[in-house]
Amino acid sequence: MLNKSSAGFKFGFQILAIVAALIFTTVVMLLAKAPPLEAYKLIFTGSVGSIGKISDVIVAWIPLLLATSGLLLTFAAGLWNIGIEGQITLGAIFTTWALRLLQDTSMSPTLIILIGFLAGILGGMIWASLTGLLKIYGGVNEIFGGLGLNFVATALTIWLIFGPWKRPGVGSMSGTVPFDNLLWLPQVEGLRMSWWSLGIGLIGIAIVYLILQGTYFGLRLKAVGKNGRAAFVIGIPTGKYMMSAFFICGAFAGLAGATQVLAVYHRLIPAISSGYGFLGLMVAMLINYQALWAAPVALFFAALNIGSIQLPIVLKLDSTLSGVLQGALVLFVLMMDGVRRRLTAKKVK
Amino acid sequence: MNVELVHIHKSFGAVHANNDISISIKSGVIQGILGENGAGKSTLMKVLSGFIQADSGDILLDGKAVHIGTPSDAIKHGIGMLHQDPLDFPPMKIVDNMLIGHDGGLFPNRREVSKSLKELQAQFGFNLDPEAYVDGLTVGERQQLEILRLLWLGAQILILDEPTTGISASQKAKLFETLKKLAEQGMVIIFVSHKLEDVEGLCHKIAVFRQGSLVGEAAPPYNTDNLVEMMFGKVISLDEKTRLENCEPAVEVTNLSIEDNRIQIRNANLTVNCGEVIGLAGMEGSGQRQFLRTLAGLMRPVGGDLRLGGKRLTGKPYHSFQDAGISYVPASRMEEGLIPGLSITEHFILSEGQSGFFIDREKAVTISRERINTFNIKGEPVTRVEALSGGNQQRALLAMLRTPLRLLLLEHPTRGLDIESSIWIWSQLKDRCRQKTCIVFISADLEEVLHYSDRILVFYNGKVSQPLDAAATTVDQLGQLIGGKGF
Amino acid sequence: MDNNTLVGLAGILASAAPVVFAAIGETITERAGITNLSINGLILLTAMAGFATSVTTGSLLLGFLVGALIGAFVSLIVAFSSIALKQSQVAVGFVLALMCRDLSYFLGNPYMGLSGPRVPSLPIPVLADIPVVGVLFFRQDILVYSSYILIAVAYIFVFKTRPGLMLQGIGEQPATAYVRGANVNRLRYIYTIIGGALVGLAGPMYSLSVKVGWKGTITGLDGIGWIALAITIFGGWNPLRAAFGAYLFVLLQWLGLVLQPSLPNIPSQVLQVAPFPLMILTLLLVNIGNSEWVDRTLAGLPEEVRRFIAKVLRAMRTTPPAALGIPFENE
Repeated sequence: MLNKSSAGFKFGFQILAIVAALIFTTVVMLLAKAPPLEAYKLIFTGSVGSIGKISDVIVAWIPLLLATSGLLLTFAAGLWNIGIEGQITLGAIFTTWALRLLQDTSMSPTLIILIGFLAGILGGMIWASLTGLLKIYGGVNEIFGGLGLNFVATALTIWLIFGPWKRPGVGSMSGTVPFDNLLWLPQVEGLRMSWWSLGIGLIGIAIVYLILQGTYFGLRLKAVGKNGRAAFVIGIPTGKYMMSAFFICGAFAGLAGATQVLAVYHRLIPAISSGYGFLGLMVAMLINYQALWAAPVALFFAALNIGSIQLPIVLKLDSTLSGVLQGALVLFVLMMDGVRRRLTAKKVK
Repeated sequence: MNVELVHIHKSFGAVHANNDISISIKSGVIQGILGENGAGKSTLMKVLSGFIQADSGDILLDGKAVHIGTPSDAIKHGIGMLHQDPLDFPPMKIVDNMLIGHDGGLFPNRREVSKSLKELQAQFGFNLDPEAYVDGLTVGERQQLEILRLLWLGAQILILDEPTTGISASQKAKLFETLKKLAEQGMVIIFVSHKLEDVEGLCHKIAVFRQGSLVGEAAPPYNTDNLVEMMFGKVISLDEKTRLENCEPAVEVTNLSIEDNRIQIRNANLTVNCGEVIGLAGMEGSGQRQFLRTLAGLMRPVGGDLRLGGKRLTGKPYHSFQDAGISYVPASRMEEGLIPGLSITEHFILSEGQSGFFIDREKAVTISRERINTFNIKGEPVTRVEALSGGNQQRALLAMLRTPLRLLLLEHPTRGLDIESSIWIWSQLKDRCRQKTCIVFISADLEEVLHYSDRILVFYNGKVSQPLDAAATTVDQLGQLIGGKGF
Repeated sequence: MDNNTLVGLAGILASAAPVVFAAIGETITERAGITNLSINGLILLTAMAGFATSVTTGSLLLGFLVGALIGAFVSLIVAFSSIALKQSQVAVGFVLALMCRDLSYFLGNPYMGLSGPRVPSLPIPVLADIPVVGVLFFRQDILVYSSYILIAVAYIFVFKTRPGLMLQGIGEQPATAYVRGANVNRLRYIYTIIGGALVGLAGPMYSLSVKVGWKGTITGLDGIGWIALAITIFGGWNPLRAAFGAYLFVLLQWLGLVLQPSLPNIPSQVLQVAPFPLMILTLLLVNIGNSEWVDRTLAGLPEEVRRFIAKVLRAMRTTPPAALGIPFENE
């Protein structure tokens, strides 16, 4: 008889979920009168078809991975940090600010870039702490506090791009004046990718993995998330730990924003966070908050995003197909997990 | 209407909560149901009121067997239950509370309901304003509302579960008047309580429950000693108690006043010497829990002083209490003591101090194995705590405690455990006493309280007795105090 | 009041109608105890689907019907995942919010920029001629009229009818409601579906009336759903106050447009976005009653003052249905 709690059983349900998601997405494609096989093929070649494409995937991977890493900490503390989009944005804003301040000075470009990164981290931390303060002292649920601050961040970005930081002449949706090449994070020859940002991303997730697996801080964080009352009785100051989670996640988010400015767009654009915050939430949910899977799944999601850029050009389909597939994966995994638990629970009775 | 319960059995897993209960109550009778916590009275009432189903047995109304599957079935048959914590809708108005669950047309006629309410309550001298909100009412008034509602819905059998906890003396007098009037009108009143004086003063008959069985019935004139003996059973011979040499007072409680939603404690005094064991006795909800939690630093007193080893702790934050060497072991293990999803080892890591940044997993597992051995926990270092049995969870909680401690506070330390585990746990606790740790514990088991305590405080309705010398107190005396006599 | 302002204000009533539907729909769902976080995506999806249906079939009615059905179906998924599968309402709702949004852009691609049927204006005879009031209220289309009716019906239902009282009950104390005879989970399903259908109508109200057509990401509908969630809280789970919140939000948007010329330094995009964070920040005001320090200050006040302030706070209705988001188990 099948051991209902075995890892194999669980895995089976996850496979079922993936299959269901693929079926669902295919149905959606058929609804849009799109040829499914061709579309899948296009996404595949669009992401791994050439070195250039692969490097693009990596470029998209890094901010997503950073966001996911930070979110794993807030999720551990039992928090829904929907405000991560705003935190990424503020990181980008602070980085742009630092660069604009220092670009005409005689400081060495390397130093400026470093300060840019630090500024981004600071920006994200500050923004995240606002959500934390709203929650702890204002009683505002972090979902709505985060959403509200996301909106504020967007408004701030728009104001900067069309106001104080606008291009000479008229402000434009293409963002601020691009920074000089010297202030770009060094890229691999001919590609948009940078070894530096790759290193940052991988080190980031490694740090989060270490924190959660191997430190007292991580264990206490998990305790707060799983049972705040008991954690308090044991002696863990729950409020402080929640704020810490916000701080660190904000730092990661700010770093992601900094990377967007220093390594990808080299300027501030309206949608600088590119939806990586929300996507990071989805990745975290899909990997069931296990840090080990963050890098590969984030890579997969990034590949889907980059791969589907081809869709409008070749098949006249909107590139949001990747979002549909990503959403379907998370939804079906969540639901299948619920089904599996319901089935196993019944047998116990 | 006459009601009869015939051979009712109900078990929850291994616990036989109702063991062949048969009782017959005629209309116009106020039937008292007396017994300790866990004696089975609540279970029986839940069966009668449709909250749960009996495993076997019948309910007869006027001689006819009826099936009561849900609470709304019960009220349709005329059985209404007033819960200890009245089930109502606090943020809503009284008139709306009356209406919810009442059958009728799409648009209720509020004015009519208000009028009916006013007419009905006039009979009993209640004074509720239909437009008032329920969360502004006192517990006594919420009871009055629920009684009126049940009467309005046509109840002919009224079950009251511990109704006099948390109401004022005048409200109690009014309640008793009301119940007597209702009985005269032919209703059956079932009055479930642990308060001897109330039950003796009000009821026409008393049935006593103990450990799931109906052990006896009594008719007036009531003999208190007889009732107490039925409730608590015979006394067992007490073993020799080892007494520690006296040392300076470790815990000093002076004029402590504590307040929360239901209970007020005023001017409690207690001095605990090092190595002493203080037992807190009393029915649940009498204030001992609040007292213990205030000693732990989880609640703030509204008046008075609390010192440990001469150092003032009143009003300080929780971590100061922990740093001072006070540990609290809650009764609800999975809600307040343990963290589901984390392993035994991880709990030990959390309860120890931090050494360095990184957890030394190997060392942690070694310590964990040691403790699992010492405390005889049936589980592996990697076992998640929610997979442990209740007894093993309790052992884990004890294993998490630091050594040495100055004050150890335990809420129901052996609840739900077998004899062997209980004895073993107490030997561990006594060990700590030898190391000068003071212990204050709550227990509903009188034998446990008498056997292990040096001194006992009894709580009744927020009042605290003078400390009793356990060696000189009998089960009977304890029972009487718990029932409210002598306060 | 000059005619331009009147027309502008009438426009506010028209633009607010979909927000009213969404906010009241979510209010009903949350009153039953379920949080439906997906409504931002739902509005986009039903707007697209309603428009696509109308363009294809030529029928406005079908467009609205499809919107309501999709709204009901997606909300059913949220309820099912929470009640039957015991998954987090927030997680499932959030994923659906993103997924429905992406679905709307993907499936709506072929319909971008097409012109479609539009709900005709329907001035009410006699009433439309009343000075001021007539221009404001009675020269609208049937959708706006139905928003008036919805506000009245929702308010009366929740507070004045028997089933409405039970709705309040299952959200506050499901255990008590169960004792009073309610099948709590079944009622939760029903009200989530009803609420979802109302939200599903809000989408087509945009694409077939207020902002006709489907323009993909530029539609400007992204974010309305989050606002509706905030309005539900701001409105204290009361349909009347939720409607007030909806009107307030649209008023802020209108003010942004109107004040644009007098504030040349502020880019127009900022004024467009500004109402969103402002509405969310109102939550801070509303939530002040919930925080600990307010409780502590209250505890120190004399009895009568405390009762009075409690009355005021109750009027502001700052606390959610007590059982919101908590699954209900029969013992």
